[in-house]
Amino acid sequence: MSKLPPQTITIDGQEIPFEDGQTIMDAALAADVYIPHLCHRPGLSPHGSCKLCTVEVNGRSASACTLPAASGQEISNNTPALKEERKTITQMLFVEGNHFCPACEKTGDCTLQAVAYHLDMLDGHFPQFYPRRELDASHESIVLDRDRCILCALCVRASQEVDGKNVFAISGRGIDAKLIVNSESGKLGDTDLSTEDLAAHICPVGAILIKEHGYEVPIGLRTFDLHSIAEPGLEPVILRKGKNRDE
Amino acid sequence: MKGSSGTAHTQEFPNSHSGSNHLLHRLYLLQQQFYHIPAKEIPALANELDLPVSQVESAVDFYTFFHRTPRGRYDILFSNCTSCGDLSMMDVLCKHLNVIPGKTRDDGCVSIASTSCIGMCDQGPALLVNGRIITRLTARRLEQIAAHVDEEIPVLEWPVEWFEVHDQVRKNGLLLSAPFEVGSALRAAIQQGQESVLESITASGLRGRGGAGFSTGMKWKFCRAATGENHYVICNADEGEPGTFKDRILLTSHAHEVFEGMTLCGYVIGAKKGYLYLRGEYRYLLPELEAVLARRTQEGLLGQAILGQADFDFEIEIVMGAGAYICGEESALIESLEQKRGVPRVRPPFPVTSGYLGQPTVVNNVETLVAASYIAVHGSDWFLTHGSNQSAGSKILSVSGDCTTPGIYEYPFGVSIQRILDDCGATNVQAIQVGGPSGTLIAPAEFERKLGFEDLATGGSFMIFAQDRDLLAVIQNFAHFFAHESCGFCTPCRVGTTLLKNGLDKIAIGHGTAYDVDELKRMATLVKKRSHCGLGQTSPNPILDVLERFSHVIEQRLKHTEFEPHFDLDASLEEARQISHRDDAEAHLS
Repeated sequence: MSKLPPQTITIDGQEIPFEDGQTIMDAALAADVYIPHLCHRPGLSPHGSCKLCTVEVNGRSASACTLPAASGQEISNNTPALKEERKTITQMLFVEGNHFCPACEKTGDCTLQAVAYHLDMLDGHFPQFYPRRELDASHESIVLDRDRCILCALCVRASQEVDGKNVFAISGRGIDAKLIVNSESGKLGDTDLSTEDLAAHICPVGAILIKEHGYEVPIGLRTFDLHSIAEPGLEPVILRKGKNRDE
Repeated sequence: MKGSSGTAHTQEFPNSHSGSNHLLHRLYLLQQQFYHIPAKEIPALANELDLPVSQVESAVDFYTFFHRTPRGRYDILFSNCTSCGDLSMMDVLCKHLNVIPGKTRDDGCVSIASTSCIGMCDQGPALLVNGRIITRLTARRLEQIAAHVDEEIPVLEWPVEWFEVHDQVRKNGLLLSAPFEVGSALRAAIQQGQESVLESITASGLRGRGGAGFSTGMKWKFCRAATGENHYVICNADEGEPGTFKDRILLTSHAHEVFEGMTLCGYVIGAKKGYLYLRGEYRYLLPELEAVLARRTQEGLLGQAILGQADFDFEIEIVMGAGAYICGEESALIESLEQKRGVPRVRPPFPVTSGYLGQPTVVNNVETLVAASYIAVHGSDWFLTHGSNQSAGSKILSVSGDCTTPGIYEYPFGVSIQRILDDCGATNVQAIQVGGPSGTLIAPAEFERKLGFEDLATGGSFMIFAQDRDLLAVIQNFAHFFAHESCGFCTPCRVGTTLLKNGLDKIAIGHGTAYDVDELKRMATLVKKRSHCGLGQTSPNPILDVLERFSHVIEQRLKHTEFEPHFDLDASLEEARQISHRDDAEAHLS
């Protein structure tokens, strides 16, 4: 049984084993190979929307988080061309929302920001869209600031798949797509979201924040002040930070 | 008057009896009743349909025919398609009726806006009034419409000839000229047996007529082999590609062949249920389609034990779309059928193994199913002898734009572009958009190219632009179309289609520079390569084609400076000018 040689894929020349059912992202994470991503989190069903994990598989464009790994795949990941395109996609995410990092409590712990650091992004490049988005402070312990939402739907999936609730959904269309709340009033305060829920902590940006916990970790000592997003095994650290407990 | 006209409007179209509880159908009724979807109605509807409130909310905001604030009792939508639209007419009607586009008049009587192509490209300009289509608009007709609205005459009482939609078949080919005896395809299929029919469909070389061109036989075969509790057949009648209207003709005059093709597919793959997903713009076809379904049930061609075959049960339900081009993408269509936003799924798995409700599903274009019906009757050789090497059979084209006889033309695959132009009376042609905005824009040097999957693939749209057309305005129109129709799921398409639209707008108003052209090219390439689905991947085609073949139409608009900011300082002062009630020269920068 175990005599079979392990199945492998190749990422940037490095051979990486995988098991049936794993995506390219799963196999890469298990082998400590970093493929940039924002809408993916191990343990939740893959989404494939942010497109930061775009790789070239045998010369064809694919999302690493959704494409099943298969023997013989030759994958390009960390190439200058892909890095440039991922930087552009990150810039697009920045300009379509309202991201004012210096004034955001998530700064330093924000995955979008960390990915931008990793990709050497120095500016938004494109003209800002300055959308008008609704803020929801109705929940006694959690605030929803849609200005920073990147529509990754991590909260949607965390609520449905882990918390066993259905608090969030993506609504609307095109550039007007938005995060909504599943209650008659549309307000977070009228849902059963609790601060213990994964959905309350999983936001990779500062769109969903726990109230009354601000600046407990000084800037300069935050996750991505100390670590690069590309470091292996950082996912638990990022989540722990989301719960406002120091490392 | 108000009360009576309201009643009249809600009863204009009978709803599909069997599918009356589909979310999109219920939202349609609310929109008819209240001229918008009142927020207070949503929780009750969600409760009744046993759906999360958020699912109903998100559908309301996704489909363009649903509104959060009241539209007029006369809600008028002008097509903004380059073939069946004329927005200068919208401005004229707005003047007649004292309406600002997109805003409901204060008395609640009328609202006027634009909408994506409504499939009347051979008989435009056209509009929708309360969901009904008026074709062949003229200045005189606009005056008459204004008068009828002013007098609040219910739309049902407007002259019927205004609403006439003609088939305009200019050239019959393999499918359109063949006579069809109702039930003959099913009888032939039963006689041959499932596997033999499937072999015949495969051997015929029939490929999907929606544009992608996947082998129909293979699709049916994969689905037949897939395990599931139920199998489903879906007919994709969400004909939304601007410039395409051939499915409209098939659904009008060949509905039996369409439904028979669905039933045939059901027989082969072992499905008991089929859905026809019809674009909301074609709602006027619904009563006749329902009547055809009823006749087929009466004649034993639908329902239980079809044609006396004990194990052959199949029924068809029609589900109406509500204004979303993306629902022509098969997995987005399935999502919409499942009462959700039309967001394309991640593939694999493909619908043949995991489609509607997670079950094995075949999604076929209207024309594909018609062709399948004929192949079942006449055999694969009959089909194979027409067409070219890799493209068997014929293609039904929707020809529109600058020519003397726009309409439906059916040719064997392999026909040259020039032949089509000669037949439809197009001279002095500058460019042709083959396959609609998501297809290919070609120049006269390429008019000897051939239609077919091996050269110029097309879903059927054939838009002709004469020398005097402003080609930049054309691709600007397409860029606005794609930005409007992007579902918003993936970053490259959601943000990129808007960036492309803005970039073209900047060039069109004379503020573009060489830098903007480079940016346009870079963004177009990224959106094409990295988007999640076909919409995003094809949306930059018109821009890339113009840059490759007609670069002069962009270059002649450029400002000859190296850089010009997007930010327009003078335009940004407009709000300040309004607040201070000033519009004199001193209040402007230039």
